[in-house]
Amino acid sequence: MFDNQNLQQSEPQKFKSEDLKSEEMIVNIGPQHPSTHGVLRLEVITSGEEIVDVVPHLGYLHRCFEKHAESLPYNQTLPFVDRMDYLAAMNSEHAFVMGVERMLGIENTIDKRIEYIRVLVAELNRLASHFIALGTYAMDIGAITPFPWMLRDREHILRLLEWASGARMLYNYIWVGGLFYDLPVGFEERCLEFCQYIKPKLKEFDEVVLQNKIFVDRTANVGILPADLAINYGITGPMLRGSGLKFDLRKVDAYSVYPEIDFEVPVGKGEMGTLGDCWDRTSVRMLECYESVKIIEQCLTKLTGDHKRTRDFDPRATVPKKIRPKAQDFYVRAENPKGETGFFFRADGRSDIPFRCKARGASFVNLSILGELSKGGLIADMVAVLGSIDIVLGEVDR
Amino acid sequence: MTFEAIISKLKAEFGEGLVVSIDETASPNCLEVHADRLVETMEYLHQTEGLYFDSLSCITGLDNGPEAGTMEVIYNLYSIPCDHHLMVKVTLSRKEPVLDSLTPIWKTADWQEREVYDLFGIHFNNHPDLRRILLPADWEGFPLRKDYEHQTYYRGVKVAE
Repeated sequence: MFDNQNLQQSEPQKFKSEDLKSEEMIVNIGPQHPSTHGVLRLEVITSGEEIVDVVPHLGYLHRCFEKHAESLPYNQTLPFVDRMDYLAAMNSEHAFVMGVERMLGIENTIDKRIEYIRVLVAELNRLASHFIALGTYAMDIGAITPFPWMLRDREHILRLLEWASGARMLYNYIWVGGLFYDLPVGFEERCLEFCQYIKPKLKEFDEVVLQNKIFVDRTANVGILPADLAINYGITGPMLRGSGLKFDLRKVDAYSVYPEIDFEVPVGKGEMGTLGDCWDRTSVRMLECYESVKIIEQCLTKLTGDHKRTRDFDPRATVPKKIRPKAQDFYVRAENPKGETGFFFRADGRSDIPFRCKARGASFVNLSILGELSKGGLIADMVAVLGSIDIVLGEVDR
Repeated sequence: MTFEAIISKLKAEFGEGLVVSIDETASPNCLEVHADRLVETMEYLHQTEGLYFDSLSCITGLDNGPEAGTMEVIYNLYSIPCDHHLMVKVTLSRKEPVLDSLTPIWKTADWQEREVYDLFGIHFNNHPDLRRILLPADWEGFPLRKDYEHQTYYRGVKVAE
């Protein structure tokens, strides 16, 4: 039986119904609701159809990542990193591994082929993550068909990554100092075929969904986020770029082999409504898909050309036997599909276990603006705003 | 702007006493200030031309354990227009970990400070809404403290070993 007393003690509402005005009421959305994209509970104060306030309640998927990381060596923490943003595990792995390698001072000894493979799989995963974001967003807005389309195309990517790493979503593929394994024979050709296959599909999605009148009416001029407010809220990733700021850590920090690759950073332009609305954010994700395909093709050219596979290439050759960084504080950040993923490490220099490992989840920080963006709008608009933030609860709660 | 330039600019504004210590092995380089001078330092870093740290990327809590008797809060700042980084650190006593909130300067501090409060029990003055964020409101103790021992039962359910 539902026991309200328990709920009031463990996860109390911020607002009490006796404090509300007579026309206002509390509506609970979630934690099990399709439009919350996971186990997120929203305490919504409504006045009729209009939203007075939104209070997100988190923690339903809290898996103590930071506590675990304090008791495990760096290389054994990697599978936990996968499970944070489980839709883009490769990207989080890449960020984490990059941080540990820089602490060890071995980031320049990594073979170029390894770096290109890392960027290749990370961009494939970025595509997969954006496909979920776009597909579920269309479904939030009321279009059912694009979602299975996107899942179908994402499955091609997951199969490619499964072929390389052995797992569909949680890979543990990028290791500190190397890779779990070289790409399987024939991977480059199959991946190129996939690129040829996906380009018309992206265009189709663009035309059918993003240019669709109903979709534009639901998303343009909704949830407008000015760039200065976004920065103050720590917003990063496609959300920040949707507000018109050309800020991409792949360009700004120029990590890995990204400086050798030619790609654009798409930004929102307010084409359909006001700059920084939900449509702009979605359009940035759509355009980033094209850019990711471009990056993948360039990586494949390199991987079959300058850095092609050789018989004696061993991606584990530079994997350190013992990972023991010098005593230091270190913050590393990288551009994930959702935004800036950061890791703060404190190494004590005596053990191969970090004294402290903090994960800065992009979804967690991005979600904090939900209340600000939805106030004064309709409930349906709040769903549109939440979808355009693109959260993964694994990363919000960690 | 280089780390040295930032430090000398801060010293010129607030005097030599502001900077408790400097850690150049940290990446980005780290500056430690007194907890009671944190807000004015951050305000200066946020608003001064040439510094303009408009983005607070990450707030990390840290417990040095009961022997050391201290806790730390570490702020990672980044300036988007000037493209420079800074790490700012404060050390607190473990007995009474209290700090002023940075929510008046950066809205992003709201949730990140709530997370530090939730996992370390560090209290933030002037925070608009200091509630637990990840754990249930009636959870006992602060899990990321080094001497944390979890409760055996939570609402009649055995907590895993």
